[in-house]
Amino acid sequence: MSEVEPVAAAPEVLLEVDHLSVQFFTRRGRVQAVRDVSFSIARGETLGLVGESGSGKSVTAQALLGLIELPGRITEGDVRWKGQSLVHDAEPTLRRVRGHEIAMIFQDPMTSLNPLFTVGAQIAEVLRQHMGMSKRAARARAVELLDLVGIASPAQRAKQHPHEMSGGMRQRVLIAMALACEPQLLIADEPTTALDVTIQAQILELIAEIQSRLGLAVLLITHDLGVVAGLCDRVSVMYAGKLVELGAAADLFARPLHPYTAGLLRSTPRLDVVLERLVSIAGAPPDLVRPPRGCPFRARCERATDQCVEEMPPLVAKEGGRHVACWHALDTVAV
Amino acid sequence: MGRYILKRLLQGVVVVIGVTVFVFVVTRLVGDPVKFMLPLSATEEERAARRSELGLDDPIPQQFGRFVGDIGRLDFGESTYVRGEHSLEVVLDFLPRTLQLVAFGMVIALIFSLPLGIFASRHPGSWVDRTLTTLSLVGLSMPQFFLGYILLIVFTVKLTWFEIGPGPWYTNLVLPAVCLALPAIGRLSMVVRSAMIDELNSQYAKVAKAKGLPQRRVVGVHALRNAGIPFVTLFGWEVIRALAGYTVVVETVFNWNGIGFLAVTAIKNNDFFLTQTIVIVVAVLVVIVSILIDISYKVIDPRVKLG
Amino acid sequence: MSTVHGTDEWTAQESDALAATEYEESITGRPYELQGAQRGLLGDLVHDKLGLASAIFLVVLATSALLAPWIAPYEPNDGNLSSALLSPVWHGGTWAHPIGTDWQGYDVFSRLLYGARTSLFIGIAVVAVAGTFGVMIGLIAGYKGGRTDRVLMGWVDVQVSFPGLLLAMLLIALVGGSVYTVTIILAINGWMVYGRMTRGIVLSVRERPFVEAAELVGCSSRRVILRHILPNLVSPLATLAVLEFARIILAEAALSFLGLGIQYPGVSWGLDIARAGEHELFGNQWLIVYPGVLLSLTVLSVNLLSSWLRVALDPQEREKRFAATATGGSNAAAAGV
Repeated sequence: MSEVEPVAAAPEVLLEVDHLSVQFFTRRGRVQAVRDVSFSIARGETLGLVGESGSGKSVTAQALLGLIELPGRITEGDVRWKGQSLVHDAEPTLRRVRGHEIAMIFQDPMTSLNPLFTVGAQIAEVLRQHMGMSKRAARARAVELLDLVGIASPAQRAKQHPHEMSGGMRQRVLIAMALACEPQLLIADEPTTALDVTIQAQILELIAEIQSRLGLAVLLITHDLGVVAGLCDRVSVMYAGKLVELGAAADLFARPLHPYTAGLLRSTPRLDVVLERLVSIAGAPPDLVRPPRGCPFRARCERATDQCVEEMPPLVAKEGGRHVACWHALDTVAV
Repeated sequence: MGRYILKRLLQGVVVVIGVTVFVFVVTRLVGDPVKFMLPLSATEEERAARRSELGLDDPIPQQFGRFVGDIGRLDFGESTYVRGEHSLEVVLDFLPRTLQLVAFGMVIALIFSLPLGIFASRHPGSWVDRTLTTLSLVGLSMPQFFLGYILLIVFTVKLTWFEIGPGPWYTNLVLPAVCLALPAIGRLSMVVRSAMIDELNSQYAKVAKAKGLPQRRVVGVHALRNAGIPFVTLFGWEVIRALAGYTVVVETVFNWNGIGFLAVTAIKNNDFFLTQTIVIVVAVLVVIVSILIDISYKVIDPRVKLG
Repeated sequence: MSTVHGTDEWTAQESDALAATEYEESITGRPYELQGAQRGLLGDLVHDKLGLASAIFLVVLATSALLAPWIAPYEPNDGNLSSALLSPVWHGGTWAHPIGTDWQGYDVFSRLLYGARTSLFIGIAVVAVAGTFGVMIGLIAGYKGGRTDRVLMGWVDVQVSFPGLLLAMLLIALVGGSVYTVTIILAINGWMVYGRMTRGIVLSVRERPFVEAAELVGCSSRRVILRHILPNLVSPLATLAVLEFARIILAEAALSFLGLGIQYPGVSWGLDIARAGEHELFGNQWLIVYPGVLLSLTVLSVNLLSSWLRVALDPQEREKRFAATATGGSNAAAAGV
């Protein structure tokens, strides 16, 4: 289990997300999908980004690589990769960085690959784009990569089309494709959600293994706390577009500071405890078109006060590298 | 693949047979072919004589048997309009002109509909897109023969860019080919546009972008190839519609000596054998084109399982 | 509510993405893509305006056509050479012949009215006949399935491959061209698309649990079809019928143009265009243009109407779309939260 990193020996920060906001302009109005989110990722570290559907975690991930398309737009803030902005006048930087220094794998392996091209060709494509390899060299390297991610008979598989493969295998292909140019950051957006539970474990193991072998930083996005616990050094929690808590994984699970995090942990079913009923958090997330003025969680929070209704709690740093956005965090006296 | 082609050919044969039977039954049961083969002044005896000469008095199944036998020997009967010539030869004489027209027209349609559709899909809602869509709709609503006349009026009568009458084949070909092409461009560019918008919104396009591929590759290689599938289908149908229908009208407007024009003349002159022949030849052409479309499907999309 | 910039592209994209998922087997050149363009203009308002304008135009046209025998100033085939080639009113003619006369002295206005009668009647009649027959076949094929289905769809496949225009021409030449023969022949050529569509819908609907439930409870086949399956057909059939209506009008015009459709003494816009084309290409081109423009406008209105109908008639679609935008994070969900 990872401990809290001593600040003095902090590794180099690669990615900085600085007060990022993303909005979608629709007929109903402006959907504020991501609001004022900030965090950073250092070399070699694994950051988990946890939240339920609609919390803004995938949008955040896509915003990092400039993949937000109309009707969405990054409206505020910045994302910096090794000091360079990926948001402002960023086209040349993005083109260089995408697929090369930062790679991304997506949730649905079924639709993420072009059905008309062979798997090998699609991996080779990214090699030729960024590493300038010849067709033959790229194809050869593609086969090596397929082997690396644990696909049997890689040479044959490389000549197959996506529909000839299972979901788990396709996800491995996508991982191979992401790793092709030896990126420094891997963004994994719900990489296992669409897969069977047994395959999930394999894919996560694969990611962990590759990470330790290549010293890769990983941003793992998921709604599944179990996935996060196994893999991540630090964890951040998002709710209704806002980052509500951030901290080292073990610490956060043992001592959650935000009522939502606590609620999430409580409602995760456990096999070793006999429960009469499943616990859930009452209520539903707020409408992101007209988000409430104060804390977005207040309607569902037992500790909410008038202040919670009126004012948005800022993300505050606590000791031990913890951050929380709550007026009445769980380490304070309940009101 | 070979087995698939065989299967489709067999299906095609069934279709041609169906058409043939249909034509056969209809022409014999519904009308009296002999009525028009002889001059109006012919007597009833002369007609009866002609009828038995052609075997039209025999029971239908026997007639059909003979009919099939004749076709087997590629004897499609004698055309009465083109005195004494064999129908099949006449048709094959006129066919190349139609093929020229359709080929030229469809090539124009292809060349214009792809870029227009792609452009519109990348700038949806822009004025170019809106104009294109509106023009398409107008083009769809205009009958092709009217469009032909408009082209004639504008370019031949008013602007005198072209002349009616003999001239080098390429100048004469332009207007009718454009007339064929315009509505096709309208329909096809809309399909390209829809398909491209769909593909550009797909997950794999997003992944391709995330890989750092330049936009022109995402559009031109990834999205376009997928959009090609519905496009090929519809393009094939356009060709078929042109062959089996539109050429008749367009050739009539522009006095173009192809089989469409021939068909109208044959029918109007009650040249029964010639008409029959044209219908069968066209049916065969349509079958061939359909098979070609299906094959090209398989070439583009490896997922397609034929057979 | 608040519409902000960016809405144009979004709604255009969305409409088209939705529309593009509905590739039909028949090529009726449907203008669903227009929705995107129209929404791009000024949002729903203009879209409805165009639909409304089309509806009004068609109503006026239909009424005039219906009342033609009473409101047409002359019989369509009643002319004499002394009043030949009179100009329309706006070119110095008289109100006696408001749109002038042709070279045979026929009054253009009257002919346009009677032509409308022909086109609209044949359009409706063919849709009714072909539609009824096609839907019946489709219902049987879809519901019975198995061999019946294969045989019926085989028949559809073969007939669909027939060169329709040529066969229609041939048949008309044999039986003569009148409103009734044209109607029957166009119906023979045009029922297949209804059959295929109905069968497709029946097939997908009968897999749904509520049909199985009805059958389990003991509903007779007929009841299941009528009460449970038919309602799902209404919307797509209506859209198809309208589009077919447009296509039939064009088909009849083409046949009449070739001289193998409606013939003298019948009146048809297509026929008039043909006559004028032969006679007045280098002379009074307006005799060609007016019937053509009217014909095009009619078809255009029908197409616009079908576009509008499609959205209006599909409450499920509208509701779904609205619900999707109504829940908080779902546009974010659209981007893959």
